[in-house]
Amino acid sequence: MAASVLIADDDASISRALRFLMQREGHNVRTAADGEQALAAIEGERPDVILLDLMMPKGNGYEICRKLRADRRYDGIRIVMLTAKGGEADQRVGMDLGADAYISKPFAIAEVVACVRAVLACGQERPATRQHAARAAAGIANP
Amino acid sequence: MSQSILVAVAVAYLLLLFAVAWLVERGSGRVSRLTGSSIVYTLSLAVYCSSWTFNGGVGKASQTGLDFLPIYLGPTLAFCLGPIMIRRMLRISHANRITSIADLIGARFGKSGGLAALVTIITVIGLVPYIALQLKSISVGFSALSAGFGPAQPASEPMLTDGALWAAVVLTIFAMLFGSRSISPDEHHPGMVVAVALESLLKLVCLTAIGLFVGYGLFNGFGDLFSQAATIPDIQAVFQEAPANYGYNWIAMTFLAFAAIFCLPRQFQVMVVENTDERHLDRALWLFPLYLLAINLFVLPIAIAGRIMLPVDTDPDNLVLSLPLAAGHPELALIAFLGGLSASASMVVVETTALSLMVCNDVVMPALLRIRSLGLENKPDLTRLLLWVRRLVMVVVMALGYFYMRHDSAPFALVSIGLMSFVAVAQFAPAILGGLFWRGASKAGAFAGITTGFLVWFYTLLIPSFSRSGALGEEFIAHGLFGIELLKPYALFGLEGLDPVTHSTFWTMLANIGAFFFVSLFVRQSPVERARAAMFLGVADPDEEARFWRRTALVPDLMSLTARFLGREKAVAAYASFARTRGVDPATAVQADAETVLFYERLLAGVIGAASARVLVGSIVEEESLGVDEMMRILDETSRVIEANRQLEEKSQALEAATTELKAANARLQVLDRLKDDFVVTVNHELRTPLASIRAFSEILRDNPDLPTDERLDFLRIVVTESERLTRLINQLLDLSKIEATGSMPADKASVDLAAVVRESAASMQQVFAQSRVRLAIKIDADPAFVVGDHDRLVQVVINLLGNAAKFSPPGRGKALLALRRAGEHLELSVTDNGPGIRTEDREVVFERFRQLGDTMSDKPQGAGLGLAISQRIVAQHGGRIWVEGGRDGGAVFKVRLKAAHTKATAAGRVRVPAG
Repeated sequence: MAASVLIADDDASISRALRFLMQREGHNVRTAADGEQALAAIEGERPDVILLDLMMPKGNGYEICRKLRADRRYDGIRIVMLTAKGGEADQRVGMDLGADAYISKPFAIAEVVACVRAVLACGQERPATRQHAARAAAGIANP
Repeated sequence: MSQSILVAVAVAYLLLLFAVAWLVERGSGRVSRLTGSSIVYTLSLAVYCSSWTFNGGVGKASQTGLDFLPIYLGPTLAFCLGPIMIRRMLRISHANRITSIADLIGARFGKSGGLAALVTIITVIGLVPYIALQLKSISVGFSALSAGFGPAQPASEPMLTDGALWAAVVLTIFAMLFGSRSISPDEHHPGMVVAVALESLLKLVCLTAIGLFVGYGLFNGFGDLFSQAATIPDIQAVFQEAPANYGYNWIAMTFLAFAAIFCLPRQFQVMVVENTDERHLDRALWLFPLYLLAINLFVLPIAIAGRIMLPVDTDPDNLVLSLPLAAGHPELALIAFLGGLSASASMVVVETTALSLMVCNDVVMPALLRIRSLGLENKPDLTRLLLWVRRLVMVVVMALGYFYMRHDSAPFALVSIGLMSFVAVAQFAPAILGGLFWRGASKAGAFAGITTGFLVWFYTLLIPSFSRSGALGEEFIAHGLFGIELLKPYALFGLEGLDPVTHSTFWTMLANIGAFFFVSLFVRQSPVERARAAMFLGVADPDEEARFWRRTALVPDLMSLTARFLGREKAVAAYASFARTRGVDPATAVQADAETVLFYERLLAGVIGAASARVLVGSIVEEESLGVDEMMRILDETSRVIEANRQLEEKSQALEAATTELKAANARLQVLDRLKDDFVVTVNHELRTPLASIRAFSEILRDNPDLPTDERLDFLRIVVTESERLTRLINQLLDLSKIEATGSMPADKASVDLAAVVRESAASMQQVFAQSRVRLAIKIDADPAFVVGDHDRLVQVVINLLGNAAKFSPPGRGKALLALRRAGEHLELSVTDNGPGIRTEDREVVFERFRQLGDTMSDKPQGAGLGLAISQRIVAQHGGRIWVEGGRDGGAVFKVRLKAAHTKATAAGRVRVPAG
């Protein structure tokens, strides 16, 4: 089933690769190159999933994540964080802010595809379980 | 002026002083509050200015011009050294309850009674002429005023109508009432001090009044006075023709006055003994020299006016009085007389008080106590005896002064008599200064110095003064003792051409200091002396003195001994407060330890002097005197402890400094650590990002063999581009780490022609600019332009700057300029573009690593953000500077400034430049 996917990444190449993958999955894809563009895109049309890069100009991934989770209107939007930092501590911060999954760059494309499928599949369940499932899908060990 | 009015005014004035002193002593009203004031303290110091200043200074100025000045330069000098010298004297005297010069010298040199007695006797002999001088001054003034105007008359009237006699009597009574009112261990006389301060104020006001009268009453201002004086050859001669050896006189006078400030008993009395608060000295240090300046302001005008207006035979010492009298202003003359009377009176009162204390404590009491048949040790109360001894001494001193005046001083000017006394008391200066600052100064040395100095004084000044006034033949002065020319008192050993005082000062000081120094060197100090010396020089704490004597006694014995001299009430009160500070119950303590004994000894010392107190306490104390060895051991131990303490202090200071340094280093390291962390994070990010694209597209290509050719090629192109980006990044990182690792220039540096660098860089960037459609212009104003450095690295810098210009200039209408010019000793490269420019606040951070300015991010720039960081390090290693400015049309101007190489001769050869 087709979902609306927003890709927010300042690196054009990565953005291009992700767009290819999501389109092949059959989703509707939009892209944003910085924080401002991302927020504008979300306001314009509510996406089902956001692939969100952590380090972007004009509003980084953490800030966007925090904003979305603080706003009732955006309840239910899945957030998959992408980062080139790759630190365990950063992952924890991202999850605490309410991201549904967390993927380190460079990633295997199968990982991204599986992760997006998982968070979309968990759509009907309670947030806690959803998070748990997403983590399991992303191959992250439970603390 | 009628004599009765004069007497009435004088008596009224003296009564006023009595009243002030009495009010202060009674401790009532506003007057008594004056006692604790530093102004009063300073004014009381001005007892220094006796009638000698008031009348004699003017007399001297009228005869020899500026010769009166050294007498005031000396004290000013002494007060400049005051923070060291006077303060130490104050502290030591207060700690040991020292109440006179004799006490001070005696106490320093092993509590020597003999030395104190010697000092006292010399002081009395030396000062009698000085007191006589004050009485003479009063008498001359009195007769001049009562006789109206006329030439000076020697004191030849019968005794009963002699003003000086009556003055002596009244002043003696004053001294008795306020200088020996009661016995107390600190010997403070607040009433006397306030009266003296008042007199000091008065004499200043009077002399100023006469000065102003002379300037504006007799002449049309001081300009008129001085211009009139300039026309009289006599006066000109006084100021222009310096007498022979004038310079030596000045030195001698200044030295004598310097010594007088702490050797004259009255100065010691007001400055040290009467001082109630050490802080008063702080103000006196500058205020007293100011007072001296003020009181001398009008001396010269008055003296010159006297020379102009009065007949030649007028007594020069009486000018202050004669001038207003001659001008028909007897009331002003009366003011002048009161000023002179103030000056004399305060001097006489304080001097006799100080002398009576010295004679009583250091000569009479030790003698009386030694005469067993008097049975003094059995008398319960000796306070009255002490008081009456003092009063008797006052009478005797005053009488001596009076008779000296009547029989001896007539042919002498005031100043000469005063100077004679100055030379006498100056004999104590070496012992006092040596005692305060030289640990090796010994009792035998002090004895020898003072004795020889005094004997030389006696021979070169005192005896000739008698012979000049007729008591001895003129023969003695003209041809020397027994007719031996070398022994002429005014030209000893052929030293001719000096005036008597300078001559005597030279010989006495030579003998005194020589004997003091050499005897101190060769005669060993006794243990007691050693201990005292240590204490005076601040090596040992005053309270440690107790350690040097193991003395024990019974408290009741000590108490009854002290009570006899101090009165029971005061003795009990003093002991009670002492016992309280030590946490002892005064009622039950019976056995007195060494400290208690020392307390009693000091208490007694305040009343009867250190030497007598030691003898008295010694008579009832079981003294286990320490042997030399033991004394040395204690002293060594003390100095070892002090030394160890000092070292410890030094070490802890060094540690503290090291800690501060470490803290700073740590903070620096933390900053560096954070920078390094940031760097690692950024490198991590920058490496992962292209890698992510490469992996993603590789996997896509692998998993999707059925992709259309266009898309496949597109993806492959991305993979290649990102690989290139990765390679470039790795190269730059390596570059950066290489530069940072060397920290300085590569070892082999050569002369580099920047013009060539510019051309080469521009050529290699041609292609890039063409692709970006940016026009590059080159402007070389210095050709060749040599610097010392690394050619390839400099090319790297220029290429990097050009690359940025190409990158940021708008394609199509972009313009860049590469310029090279000479700027003084430097060469300046600049790269200008017409891109968006760099905001002022970003102009420093652009040189940081991975700093790609945010605004350009949407249109992703090529490069890793290390170019400027690398350039900056290269330029820094070349000892140059790189910075960015705003361009005229909004773009950015990057500038590099390098030091030009000195000679072109080095152009070809390689030169070595020190690293760093």
